[in-house]
Amino acid sequence: MARVVFTPNIQRHVACPEAEAAGATVREVLDGVFAANPQARSYVLDDQGALRRHMTIFINGVMISDRKGLGDAVGETCTIYVFQALSGG
Amino acid sequence: MSDQLLVSTRKGLFTVDRCGSCWEIAKVDFLADNVTLALSDKRSGRKFAALDHGHFGVKVHRSTADGWEEVATPAYPEKPEGLEENDMWGRPLPWSTVRIWALVAGGADQPGVLWCGTLPGGLFRSRDDGQSWQFVRSLWDNPARKQWMGGGADLPGIHSICVDPRNSRHVSIAVSTGGIWHTEDAGETWVQRGYGMRADHVPPELTNDPIAQDVHCLAQCSSAPHRMWVQHHNGIFVSSDEGQNFTELTDVKPSAFGFPVVVHPREPDTAWFVPEIKDEKRIPVDGKLVVSRTRDGGKTFTTLSKGLPQSHAYDVVYRHALAIDETGDRLAMGSTTGGLWVSEDQGDSWACVSHTLPPVYAVQFA
Repeated sequence: MARVVFTPNIQRHVACPEAEAAGATVREVLDGVFAANPQARSYVLDDQGALRRHMTIFINGVMISDRKGLGDAVGETCTIYVFQALSGG
Repeated sequence: MSDQLLVSTRKGLFTVDRCGSCWEIAKVDFLADNVTLALSDKRSGRKFAALDHGHFGVKVHRSTADGWEEVATPAYPEKPEGLEENDMWGRPLPWSTVRIWALVAGGADQPGVLWCGTLPGGLFRSRDDGQSWQFVRSLWDNPARKQWMGGGADLPGIHSICVDPRNSRHVSIAVSTGGIWHTEDAGETWVQRGYGMRADHVPPELTNDPIAQDVHCLAQCSSAPHRMWVQHHNGIFVSSDEGQNFTELTDVKPSAFGFPVVVHPREPDTAWFVPEIKDEKRIPVDGKLVVSRTRDGGKTFTTLSKGLPQSHAYDVVYRHALAIDETGDRLAMGSTTGGLWVSEDQGDSWACVSHTLPPVYAVQFA
C-alpha cells in the first residue's frame, strides 16, 4: 500500500488526511484515495482527470513525469506527496 | 426594492446592507479567497458563490440556513481520445472549467434552473439549484464555436446570459469574443445574432462579421425584451429586435469604451454605462470616475459624477460590477481599486460605501 500525503494548504478547503491505497501507478493509487474522499478529487485533478496546472506530485521525493495520464509507477512502500507548486500565485 | 448587495471580490464575498439611510458591510464570507461571481436567486432565496482557488480550481458554493455548502462545479465532458483542438495561441484547448463568467437564474416558471457560462466557452444548465450541471453540448459542438477567440481573457468565454422573461426557453448569450447567440428551444439549437456591430481588431473583411464581435456585456430590458443594450469593445450598441440587429451610438461623451451596461427594468430607453478612455487606456477620462446615462434610447447621454471621485481616479468597473435593482431606482458599482458606491436616485448621486475593498469583480442586488 502506498502512502499519500497532501499539502497542508488544501486542508482549509477540503479535508485530505494522510491515506493509504493500493495501486501500481499514481492514477490507481489516487483513484483509491478519491473513492473514499470524492470531494477532494476536483481539487487535485481537472475535468479531464489530469493533474491541475499548478499542482505537483512527488513519489519518494521525485516529481512525476506523466501529469496527464498519471502513469508513473508506484511501489508498495512508496510515499506520494500531493503538493502545490509555488507557481500559480 | 433591495436593501442588500452581494459584492464579489478578489479576497472574499462581502454582504452590504442598507442600515437607515446608509449602506454598510454586514459580513464577509470566504475571506481571503477569490470570489469571482455571485448570484442571488430571488425565486428560491438561495445565494451562490463562484470561487477560484487557483491551484485547486474553480468551485461553487450555495447558501444554507446557517452558512454555505460546496455543490457541484460545472465540469466538461471527457475529451474524445485523439481529438486535437487548439486555442488561438496553438495550445491545446482545455476541456475544463477555467473560470465561471456568468451565473444566472432561469425563468420564473423554472424553479431550480440555473445557467452558467464559462471559460473556455462551455455553457451549462442546472435543473436542481446547482446540485448538478448538464453541459450544453449543442452549443459546444456547433462548428462555428471554434471561431470564438479570447477577448477579456486568453480563452473565449460566455459572460452574459439573458433569459427572456416572456418565454424561459428563449435565451441569449454573449461571448468574448464570439458575438451573440440565441436559442428558442432551451438550448437545443442555436443561431448567431448581433448583426450590425463593428469590430476594429480584425481585418476589414471580418469587421462586421457577427462572430468576430467582442461584446463586453449584454443587457435585456425585463419589461420590454425587444430592447437589448451592448457595451462592446468598440462602442455602445442598441437593438430593438431582441438582439438580431444593432445600431451603433457614436456621439457618446466622455467615451464609448467600457465594460458594463445595465438597463432600467421598465424603461427600455434608459441605460447606464461606466466609461473608460479606450481599450489601450483603461482608466477613467481625465482621472474622473463617472457614469453615463441615456434616457432616450441613446440619442443623448448625461454624465453623472456627484459623489464619485473626480481627481486621480483610476477605477475600472468590470462587466459584472455595475448593478441595478428591480425598481430601477437603485444602482451600485464596485471597482478594481476597491471602491464601492450606491445610488438611490438612478445615478444622479452616489454614496461611497468603501474605497478600501479588494478588487471588485461583481456586484448584485440580493
